[in-house]
Amino acid sequence: MFGKLTLSAIPFNIPIVMGAVAFMVLGAIAVLGIITYLGKWKYLWTEWLTSVDHKKIGIMYLILATVMLLRGFADAIMMRSQQALSYGSNMGYLPPEHFDQVFSAHGTIMIFFMAMPFIIGLMNCILPLQIGARDVAFPMLNNLSFWLTAGGAVLINVSLAIGNFSRTGWLAYPPLSELHYSPGVGVDYYIWALQISGIGTTLTGVNFIATILKMRAPGMTLMRMPVFTWASLCANILIVATFPILTVTLGLLALDRYLGMHFFTNSLGGDPMMYLNLIWIWGHPEVYILMLPIFGVYSEIVPTFSGKPLFGYTSMVWATMGIALLSMLVWLHHFFTMGSGGNVNAFFGITTMIISVPTGVKIFNWIFTMYRGRVRFETPMLWTVGFLITFTIGGMTGVLLAEPPADFVLHNSLFLVAHFHNVIIGGVVFGVFAGLTYWFPKIFGFRLNERIGRWAFWCWLIGFYVAFMPLYALGLMGATRRMDHYDVAAWHPLFIVAAIGSGIIFVGIMLQLAQLVVSIMQREQTRDTTGDVWNGRTLEWSVPSPAPAYNFARIPVVRDIDAFWDMKQRGVDLKSATFVPIHMPRNSATGFLIAGFAFVVAFAMVWHIWWLAIAGLAGALVTLIRHAFNDDRDYHLGADEVRRIEALHGRVQARSM
Amino acid sequence: MKPKFWTRFCRFLPLPATLLLAGCHMALLDPKGPIGEAEKSIIVTATGLMLLVVIPVFVLVFVVAWRYRASNTKAAYEPEWSHSNKIEAVMWSVPIVIVSILGVIAWRTSHQLDPYRPIPSQFKPIHIDAVAMDWKWLFIYPDQHVASVNEVAMPVGVPVVFHITSATVMNSFFIPRLGSQIYAMANMQTADNLVASAPGTYRGISANFSGDGFSGMTFKAVAMSKADFKQWLANAAASKQTMDAAAYRALEKPSENLPVAYYSNAMPGLFQQIVQGKFAPGRMVASSDMRDSARSE
Repeated sequence: MFGKLTLSAIPFNIPIVMGAVAFMVLGAIAVLGIITYLGKWKYLWTEWLTSVDHKKIGIMYLILATVMLLRGFADAIMMRSQQALSYGSNMGYLPPEHFDQVFSAHGTIMIFFMAMPFIIGLMNCILPLQIGARDVAFPMLNNLSFWLTAGGAVLINVSLAIGNFSRTGWLAYPPLSELHYSPGVGVDYYIWALQISGIGTTLTGVNFIATILKMRAPGMTLMRMPVFTWASLCANILIVATFPILTVTLGLLALDRYLGMHFFTNSLGGDPMMYLNLIWIWGHPEVYILMLPIFGVYSEIVPTFSGKPLFGYTSMVWATMGIALLSMLVWLHHFFTMGSGGNVNAFFGITTMIISVPTGVKIFNWIFTMYRGRVRFETPMLWTVGFLITFTIGGMTGVLLAEPPADFVLHNSLFLVAHFHNVIIGGVVFGVFAGLTYWFPKIFGFRLNERIGRWAFWCWLIGFYVAFMPLYALGLMGATRRMDHYDVAAWHPLFIVAAIGSGIIFVGIMLQLAQLVVSIMQREQTRDTTGDVWNGRTLEWSVPSPAPAYNFARIPVVRDIDAFWDMKQRGVDLKSATFVPIHMPRNSATGFLIAGFAFVVAFAMVWHIWWLAIAGLAGALVTLIRHAFNDDRDYHLGADEVRRIEALHGRVQARSM
Repeated sequence: MKPKFWTRFCRFLPLPATLLLAGCHMALLDPKGPIGEAEKSIIVTATGLMLLVVIPVFVLVFVVAWRYRASNTKAAYEPEWSHSNKIEAVMWSVPIVIVSILGVIAWRTSHQLDPYRPIPSQFKPIHIDAVAMDWKWLFIYPDQHVASVNEVAMPVGVPVVFHITSATVMNSFFIPRLGSQIYAMANMQTADNLVASAPGTYRGISANFSGDGFSGMTFKAVAMSKADFKQWLANAAASKQTMDAAAYRALEKPSENLPVAYYSNAMPGLFQQIVQGKFAPGRMVASSDMRDSARSE
């Protein structure tokens, strides 16, 4: 009846896990209790969960990402403390079977459920506003994408309470991830969590490509698009090009595990190395799916805070496209040590190095944007300068690793771990925080507290260097990654320093949470009444903060790259005299329901509850068909209603009518 | 490329980092064989070359950010300036030049330091087969008919040809102070050519996560004089334990942190049989297919 699922799947005997589970369950009960107490269920359902408004979906992505950042960081703290302790006769507090789950969950969560939702969340919140659109091309699909991602995230957290998570690293290399070596449900949780969230991401890619290509305001030619939009376009093209590869690869692994096939097994002609190739053909572009939009974020922040247009816009666009293309030609550098021979290794080493050319150009672009500007060092700009320095170091060690013979000794070492955290924290995470601080007033209508933001920045920056510079050294000392225990005395002090670093980052994260609370409490003082807090240059700053549901009462006409700056220069009046009805999409429960059924299918597949999987699949299908027959999916917001909303923001011409 | 020149030129560039970390023993920066030596020099050279552009970038970031801070109203302000062909030319060409040099190094050294490439020497190389198992390393000396677990001995100055496979999941065979690692993969055979230039006991590891016992999957790589090596072989040959099919099957069962062990009478062709998957679960009598023989060698 319940497949492999029995009560014994709940790890009652492991105090650390049960503590985490209790924390999670109590947290969930508290949240649900508060909602019930406030009587907000209907509001939540109609205004948020079923919303097809890109801005609300964006906010839900950001909340998901924040929660998962805390979860993934808890894993990081556990790893750092375990490695600080477990030298010599001390085995630390995490036995291998637990430690292995922790690092697997850390990587999986941070990439798929922290970084991706942050980036897609920022795209959702800002991108349609930047191109002068009223929503994304397929609003209901957007809601479905979000809920599929959230379903994957929930499934990973369920694995904490029921059964185990994967113990095979964040990419689940076979044959270790095959049934023979990993007979439990851990790898199945991994596969299905990634499958449902991966489909959500693919649909996001389709949605945003269509939005960017078809829904730009009149006059916004491709070469007048803001750089964040350009970078997002490239990232979404990469999503559509590569996420299907991930889906198929994990599908093949699932066939091996569920139907006894032999794509990647050790026997009967299976080839585990094919999996390595396939997963990295997705995996390397994935790095740039994260990085490119963040390059876009910096390209918005630097000009705004320098009071100048971006230096070398054309260079920047070509560099972005160049990186997107090259990112698909470098995957083999993740396994030079497979022994492919000089020609193959040299080819992939050189293509990897070539990526550093357009990336280096971008760094110069940002520096020369500041040149002869008036640079205001508010928090977004602090994160940006922190990024310029930190990311350059990460890029340098990356090029070093691209030299195949250097990689022969540095591969899989803590040097490598330091390198990719150097680019992902110093690049992506700093960029996410920069972007969040920058666009927070646009998204929520008030500013984040500047002082606590600065403290948080310094904790993150210092914490990063204290946590990861020792890892570079450890890598050079011959320490490899993923060890739950070691017996080399010289490594011990450096691991302790790294743990202290993660503690400093922890303080930074706590400060950010405090910043959020304080900012909400002080929101009346910092409210943005103009819609243009930073003296911005692009169209998102031309609408009120937060933007009304329809974004633009009147679709703007674009005449320059920095469209809003140009409008301000020309003295274009943002107030309107006449209003027209606006065509709007209706909210829909379809996305939530389909994703809910997908979650049921995934959970049932993990535990081999076949009837439930079939029922879930049928449920999703029926929901989809029902939606297809639903004709009542849009409405017109009346001109008077638009006028009323615009009047609230003081955007109606007084002498009108 | 003149390695000597660049090594000298670049040696002082990472100096601050080296000073900071003085006291820590950097295995990769103190190699005990020519392969590791060459790889170290690539690390140093490439880092030095990149610092040629990275250090100016750092300086530029700080100088520009400081000079053009909003409170410094004396600095020039050109709110419309956003393009300069000269600057664009420089910022594209500098990385291109550096990357071209690094690319040439990559091309040449990928071939020179290909782990499959035999090391030229006046001595005949010795062959050692290495098998990654759950969670220990089995070393077979096919010409001397001895075997050992978690310890591999080699004479100083004599090239060693390691043939490597895995009896289980993927691992990576790595002796950091000698140089190049290479994957150990079931049903496949890889090769790693190494040589030790000084006697000593060096740490050997699996550099790819392979499950619960992974952290303890270390071995001792002992480089010794030829006389000592002879003695080591004789010692192993005198062992009461023999490495036959039954002993191999017993060893194959997962175990962690095994002590060093020596075996005499290593079964001829044992390594090839492991590569061909003859011991793999469910493949007791399977024949080697085309693919296996294609992968071997």
